[in-house]
Amino acid sequence: MNTLTPSEYLPEKTSDTTRLTRHFRAEKFDFWSFFFSGLTGLATLFILGILATILLNIIVNGWSAISWHFVSTIPKKDFFDANTTGVLPMIVGTSFRVIVMTIFVIPVGVITAIYLTEYAANTSIITRIIRAAVNNLAGVPSIVFGLFGLGFFINFIGKNMDALLHNPTAVWGQPALIWASLTLAVMTLPVVIVATEESLKAIPPGLREASLALGATKLETILKIVLPQALPGIMTGGILAVSRAAGEVAPILFTGVAYYMASLPAHLSDQFMDLGYHIFVLSTQSPNIEQTRPILYATVLVLLMLTFALNIVAILIRARVRKKLRALG
Amino acid sequence: MAETLIAPTAATNPANAAASLIEIENLSLYYGATKALKNISVKLEEKLVTAFIGPSGCGKSTLLRCLNRMNDLIDNVRIEGLMKIGGHDIYAADVDVIELRKRVGMVFQKSNPFPKSIYENVAYGLRLHGVKNKSDLDARIEQSLQQSALWDEVKDRLHSSALGLSGGQQQRLCIARAIAIKPEIILMDEPASALDPIATTRVEDLILDLKKEFTIVIVTHNMQQAARISDQTAFFYLGELIEFGATGKIFTNPAQKRTEDYVSGRFG
Amino acid sequence: MTPNPNNESRRSHGWMGIHRGHKARPGEWLAEKFIFLVSLSAILMVLLIFLFVAREALPVFFGQTNTALVQKPIPPDEMDKHSAAELEAYLEITPDQLAKLPKSTLRTMMDIKVEAQNDIPEDFRNDPDASINTTEWKYLIAPHKWTDYDKPEYIWQPVGQIKKFNIIPLIVGTLKVTLIGLLFAVPLAVGAAIYVSQLARPRVREILKPAIELLSGIPSVVVGFFALLVMATVLQSIFHYQTRLNAFVAGLALGFAVIPVIFSIAEDALTSVPRAYTQAALALGASRWQTAWQIVLPAALPGVFAAAVLGFGRAIGETMIVLMVCSASVLSWSVFDSARSITTTIAAEMAEAVSGGPHYRILFMLGALLFAATFVSNMIGDFVIHRFKNKLEGKR
Repeated sequence: MNTLTPSEYLPEKTSDTTRLTRHFRAEKFDFWSFFFSGLTGLATLFILGILATILLNIIVNGWSAISWHFVSTIPKKDFFDANTTGVLPMIVGTSFRVIVMTIFVIPVGVITAIYLTEYAANTSIITRIIRAAVNNLAGVPSIVFGLFGLGFFINFIGKNMDALLHNPTAVWGQPALIWASLTLAVMTLPVVIVATEESLKAIPPGLREASLALGATKLETILKIVLPQALPGIMTGGILAVSRAAGEVAPILFTGVAYYMASLPAHLSDQFMDLGYHIFVLSTQSPNIEQTRPILYATVLVLLMLTFALNIVAILIRARVRKKLRALG
Repeated sequence: MAETLIAPTAATNPANAAASLIEIENLSLYYGATKALKNISVKLEEKLVTAFIGPSGCGKSTLLRCLNRMNDLIDNVRIEGLMKIGGHDIYAADVDVIELRKRVGMVFQKSNPFPKSIYENVAYGLRLHGVKNKSDLDARIEQSLQQSALWDEVKDRLHSSALGLSGGQQQRLCIARAIAIKPEIILMDEPASALDPIATTRVEDLILDLKKEFTIVIVTHNMQQAARISDQTAFFYLGELIEFGATGKIFTNPAQKRTEDYVSGRFG
Repeated sequence: MTPNPNNESRRSHGWMGIHRGHKARPGEWLAEKFIFLVSLSAILMVLLIFLFVAREALPVFFGQTNTALVQKPIPPDEMDKHSAAELEAYLEITPDQLAKLPKSTLRTMMDIKVEAQNDIPEDFRNDPDASINTTEWKYLIAPHKWTDYDKPEYIWQPVGQIKKFNIIPLIVGTLKVTLIGLLFAVPLAVGAAIYVSQLARPRVREILKPAIELLSGIPSVVVGFFALLVMATVLQSIFHYQTRLNAFVAGLALGFAVIPVIFSIAEDALTSVPRAYTQAALALGASRWQTAWQIVLPAALPGVFAAAVLGFGRAIGETMIVLMVCSASVLSWSVFDSARSITTTIAAEMAEAVSGGPHYRILFMLGALLFAATFVSNMIGDFVIHRFKNKLEGKR
């Protein structure tokens, strides 16, 4: 009688795939399988290669040009001169507009997400319309936000404010920090809503039930149990919104950015200089691109450091939230 | 306030003998078009442990969740019929669900302590209902932890996270949290199903102890458990109440064939 | 509620407390309404964007703008003989202004208008182009044989004496750059999505996915800068074409920007194909690649298609990259010629357009067009994804 030892009918743990393949499938080497797997792998590598090239190119060229003087100086009108220029007003301007934006977008985004996850019935028409609107808002081109900011905030709200306040000259009815920030807030609203919603959904329903069964109202449950738990997700949303907004130029072109300002912005109705816009100016309007190159690279590096630091933090927090979500099934 | 209003038991107050604490009359519940509970009528007495038994999906948990209107949280649920607690229709238009839930506490199948400290877990409900004073809080928290037989185990680490407790301890903390606000009825949805045998015994002992002060309705899968701790038992099958009566009778001499099959373990 | 006669004990008083009604908590009620109202803001914003972009463009749609240099002058004395609408168009003012301005001011304006007409040089006066209102739809879309041109042409030339606003070169430019970008990005992103979701080991996947998503963290102005300074030179030395900055460079750079968008959505679609399918195929002896190609990809195809559609929406709306890399507005389908997209035109020309003037209006009209195009592509993409997910979950 033929007896099989376990090693004959059970593939070894270490080489189960190769053994199985060799044993059950035609003995030829599967060229197409190898070829296409390789191709998709190459596509992945290629994308990573592009990413690495861009980053390395900028870091290598930009690092040598960055100095304390560079990041702490307010430049003269001719900011193409590599020796005297600086980017302090741009750093301040970009930070300022992003902070003001956050103040507006976080509350609205978080409250919308709370409505969608905690109050709304998933099947109701109004919920569907809100979700469709959020999705659409996320897809509107950034330049259209710029036009909207100009048409709505400046030409409509700003001009009417000036008329109401009887300002002799345009104070609010012109490009200003507040309008740029509000435009960006509208643009990043979906980012905050989606991130907050994701983290609200990751909270076990049992916690809400426990609180409600103790006789807490819905609002009390949300404020005391749900929101503290959702805080990391809300933070991720905020950070993603900030990092997205920090690099955007198109929406602020007509709503508040200035080509040059001799002083730092001090008031919400001031215009401001901006890192991203400055990169655009340096790379397209320099009288001598070879001389401008080092400061251009340095400016790009400053902007990248700002957005990447924020992005990495957001990705780390989000990975943790997602893991929790998956653990819940 | 609630404690002064605790009524004498039906046994000591003959005038009230006819009125049960919980009266359910012809109650039906629909999830959309599906009828999940079919014309249930039952009366549950005060200061007794009532067990709901039956195979999964028979509607026993659904009925339990009707008692403090937790089903309100689910879209698409519709209820017909009458459900009275203490003589009051709890589905009447003017009923405040929040006030109702304060009087009808609940312990869930999966222990769900808040991700806060042990102390804060129990304090949460108390604060909601207006206990602000530190010494009052401390006293009530100690009392309810004592009552749930958890005090000796946690008194040295009241301010460490509740999530660090074992499964059985977490469930007893959830019970402590529920009894701290002094409800009159406690609903328990398979409170020991996720626990090991030793922790289960402790929770069962606790239930027997709590019976002196609270009316308890418990849903359980475990027939022995129902037999050990309950005074009355209701057997549900496919959304219908098949049989209701004293636990001893249900387990030894059921009137219905299906009840007998179930309690003797022939299906389920 | 009628009290039960049996229930007159103290117990019933205890349970009386539950009859407080919802009105007992006005704060809760207010907060709920407030939360609901705030949540409508997303809808409000979409409506406002549509409303206010369209509002500025409205005169173009209704033919209320006029760029004709030579107009038939209306003598100020005949002011009353003309309708309000005619006067508004003639003086380029709003009905509101017409109602508010005093007669004398209107008269002065008409005098100036007549003088301006008299100041037009003689040679222009005889040029047939000078009496054309170039903001009419005919001139915006169809080619026209301008003076000194041999044949009808599509021309966008918003500066100069006779402003030409034909939008076809811009649409062609946009499509050209977008298609190059998508041809580059879709295969790469979908390939990477297949690799990451189906072929890579879990440990590797955990690293690859965020790394590729990091690409979306690079602001488009930085991608534009990189294309302008580095890519343009490198690509020219490889392909030896004439114009250093052209649609090809812009398209590739645009591809970088949309790769993470397409990758994320496609990867999500591929991952959401139930594991049971893959395992069934693997159990039948299919290789990992065969499973991915024959089982997973067909199942996820709607999702991958949606990824491409949403990538398209993102690409036609991208501004800074194309703005920095190419700008000339000639109509040409050649890949190695320059191209000017709609977004670029708006960004570059809004600053010099007179607020409220025809050029300004037409730029807003282009914005409304762009909004409509992305709105439609987003709707299609979302609809397809929604259907796809529902189907996977077995819903209709």
